[in-house]
Amino acid sequence: MATLEDKKALIQEVLDAYPEKAAKLRSKHLDVKEEGASDCGVKSNKKSVPGVMTTRGCAYAGAKGVVWGPVKDMIHLSHGPVGCGYYSWSGRRNYYIGTTGVDTFGTMQFTSDFQERDIVFGGDKKLDKLIDELEILFPLSQGTTIESECPVGLIGDDIEAVARKKAKEYGKPVVPVRCEGFRGVSQSLGHHIANDTVRDWVLPKADEYRKLPEGYEPGPYDVNIIGDYNIGGDAWPSRLLLEEIGLRVICQFSGDGTFNEVVMTPLAKLNLIHCYRSMNYICRFMEEKYGIGWLEYNFFGPTQIAKSLRKIAAQFDETIQAKAEEVIAKYQPRMDAIVEKYRPRLEGKKVMMMVGGLRPRHVVPAFKDLGMDVIGTGYEFGHGDDYKRTAEYVDDGTIIYDDVSGYEFEEFAKQLKPDLIASGIKEKYVFQKMALPFRQMHSWDYSGPYHGYDGFEVFARDMDLAINNPTWSLIKAPWA
Amino acid sequence: MTDNLDNTIPTPCGAEGLDPIKDHFDLFHTDTYQDLFEYKRQFEGAHSPEKVAEIAEWTKSWDYREKNFAREALTINPAKACQPLGALFVAAGFEETLPYSHGSQGCVAYFRSHLTRNYKEPFQAVSSSMTEDAAVFGGLSNLKQGLENAYTLYKPKMIALCTTCMAEVIGDDLGAFITTSKNEGHIPEDFPVPYAHTPSFVGSHITGYDNMLKGILTTLTKNEKAETTNGKFNFNLGFDPYIGNIRELKRILNLFGIDYTILSDNSDAFDSPNTGEFKMYNGLTTLAETADSINAEGTFFFQKYTTPKTQDYITKEWGQKTYNFRPFGIKATDEFLMALSAITGKPIPLELQQERGRAVDALTDSQAWIHGKKIALYGDPDHVLGLIQFLLEMGAEPTHIVVTNTNDDFEAEARELLTNSPYGQNGTVWGGKDLWHLRSLMFTEPVDLLIGNSYGKYLWRDTHTPLVRIGYPIFDRHHMHRYATLGYQGAINQFNWIINTILDELDRKTIIPAKTDISFDLIR
Repeated sequence: MATLEDKKALIQEVLDAYPEKAAKLRSKHLDVKEEGASDCGVKSNKKSVPGVMTTRGCAYAGAKGVVWGPVKDMIHLSHGPVGCGYYSWSGRRNYYIGTTGVDTFGTMQFTSDFQERDIVFGGDKKLDKLIDELEILFPLSQGTTIESECPVGLIGDDIEAVARKKAKEYGKPVVPVRCEGFRGVSQSLGHHIANDTVRDWVLPKADEYRKLPEGYEPGPYDVNIIGDYNIGGDAWPSRLLLEEIGLRVICQFSGDGTFNEVVMTPLAKLNLIHCYRSMNYICRFMEEKYGIGWLEYNFFGPTQIAKSLRKIAAQFDETIQAKAEEVIAKYQPRMDAIVEKYRPRLEGKKVMMMVGGLRPRHVVPAFKDLGMDVIGTGYEFGHGDDYKRTAEYVDDGTIIYDDVSGYEFEEFAKQLKPDLIASGIKEKYVFQKMALPFRQMHSWDYSGPYHGYDGFEVFARDMDLAINNPTWSLIKAPWA
Repeated sequence: MTDNLDNTIPTPCGAEGLDPIKDHFDLFHTDTYQDLFEYKRQFEGAHSPEKVAEIAEWTKSWDYREKNFAREALTINPAKACQPLGALFVAAGFEETLPYSHGSQGCVAYFRSHLTRNYKEPFQAVSSSMTEDAAVFGGLSNLKQGLENAYTLYKPKMIALCTTCMAEVIGDDLGAFITTSKNEGHIPEDFPVPYAHTPSFVGSHITGYDNMLKGILTTLTKNEKAETTNGKFNFNLGFDPYIGNIRELKRILNLFGIDYTILSDNSDAFDSPNTGEFKMYNGLTTLAETADSINAEGTFFFQKYTTPKTQDYITKEWGQKTYNFRPFGIKATDEFLMALSAITGKPIPLELQQERGRAVDALTDSQAWIHGKKIALYGDPDHVLGLIQFLLEMGAEPTHIVVTNTNDDFEAEARELLTNSPYGQNGTVWGGKDLWHLRSLMFTEPVDLLIGNSYGKYLWRDTHTPLVRIGYPIFDRHHMHRYATLGYQGAINQFNWIINTILDELDRKTIIPAKTDISFDLIR
């Protein structure tokens, strides 16, 4: 599978399996990164084709599961039937510190458990009463978000009115999030909707809600970490590095974040954004409204970490810049030792990725640090700007697949024969049955953290243990 | 590519020359991170540790329990999922069947993830991927395309169609839509597309199981009624997550020499061999067998409250006799085997008789450790009934019994079971309650042991009541689903999990040197 033509032929071959109309639609989402191209040549953020087995989720998943869910001291209500909250309960590994059920609520499932009568008569009264009950049972909660499920938007409920009324009654934020699953084409619109609720329902009252730390004075080095969901604790090694170079992190939004941290955000000098896809909207708003700049960074693997630390430090004065160099130098020997140990075991191994948010591009250099090549990548719910950014990260000749279907992914893997597939839980066992090593790149396969220098050590170890796993040698029976 | 089908063993990574790598288990407990957490606190706007401790204590009180039980609108940590999950689950047991959920696409992503996390197996299903325009105009166009694409791409022999709540609220008519799809040539006229309306705001996953099973049987047995019976018996296990149970049942039936059809046999769908080749369809109940199930001598059900509509249909439409058993524990297995013997006229095989003796022997050997232990448990109605029965015959005392997806008949049956046993006198059935209610029960009236699914681990953490994982889903322990819980072998398995959890807990309690290790016994 060496030449560009071979790869284009492979894409054509895969498309041939579809009915004509579906083939035409899907053809726009599959391509090969060409030399000198400024994007990846694929269309994105379009409706999934029915019946082809997309891996995508919905707006609710993006709003509740990703953006709001990790805000640990608020109650996030799955408003509607029981399922959405049930399936997403504790699924994302957004680590946090707190006493669950008392001052934090991350691994709990709150639902209005809609019954037929709620569909017929509407759920607003139930919602009103439900918030009273929350207040009685969880007096230390710092507020509530209401994540609407599909039926709520179809039966004409006015959750905004209820939210306004209850917020007033209790003097706590109640945020209505219109993230019904049928809105938009993927999780992505849910991120946007959730960002917009921060803009419309939270930031206008930020001054009123904010509890400043004792003796707090705004400082020149105040920054926010935006769009790190603290999966397996990712945000903490990131925070560590930022603090080590002399910055003061005043908010993590939203991994291990609190409502107070959300309302601290306007006080920062700079928004540092890790997952651009899910949180760029609020960064753009804060830039417009408060003049707070924003900067994307990549804390996967030593090459990008150093690059990002320098890029971040360049926004500040020479003290910070000097410290950034010190920090990079401090970790370098350890990173060299890690690479020295793992690179010979992983050199030349080929990887195919398919994930969400930022990882289909951001993890590419971390693999490179280990001598591994990403030969195919794509997003579940990326947009054009993601694919533009991806073009800078991937090698020419990389196969790009947007919103890949189960069929396409399997066929590509059969033909391209990667050594590792890095994707999600729904894909994991399909490929393991094909004797292909696999790591989940959403949940870090229950490991982590993967961000920062501390995270890279774990990443390197995990890629090695996936590929150099002795059980693969058992698959073929000796008599077969 | 590394050829993983060769038998070369990779060299071990080894630990030399490098300080150990710390992942989340250790890293965050180092001073560096503990200091970081402490520093971060100032920005959190958090309540004082004293306040948090005070409220934490209060949540354990009777006062809190009363307020908690006064809830009318709010559900917290429910022990139930929604209908389509059960529909997909049952569909997976049929030959080359692609489960298809009509409505928004996020639901299917959730169902697939959930089932996959429990079984560590692939679960393939598709969606209509409906969005705003479908909300306005209906989902017909999505379904036509979806059926055509799924049929062409994944080449199933059958598509089992259910709905999400979106399609239900906008009123999509599956029957009419399928007819239109066939008339317009999107799928062949004779291609089976059984369907079920499975709104998430009615019932739970067990309701969806029932609706889909009935849909499949209705579609496949149409015009298949013969003059004479086929001499076979049908068996249905309901929403039973233990694929080991299907295999155990088949073994029992083979020992008897009974000709059978399992409706639906998803044992391989959730436990397929790794041969280096991915096989998409692993449902073991053939469409032909299913079609012929209408001609069976009778149908056995192991989950009465999961299958009311299917049973009603079989009795009325097929004119077939249905039997309900829950062969979990000794007595219930005895009843099942005696009934099998009576109905088929075949004697109870010697091998099973010996197994009974061994199971009873095992129970007797360890009984002292469970006698009089108070147990909290939760799960689906039939699952819970099987457990109560088994616990009672071991002399354990089922105390708090929570069933979120309850019904009146189940509650009456459960109460009768408790009333009729000296060990059931302190048992209360809490229908319609959730795991946050159970938390209050366990704090105010503590028990010795909790039996439930993985979500029970939060109750374990909060109340320090040891947890035996029996149920669905089990995400945080591996391979439990491979075992049988049914029959005499299943009784031994369940008993093993229960007894050894109790013994593990005793060791944990007595492990501090010079303090509690007086009772850290070698022999128990």
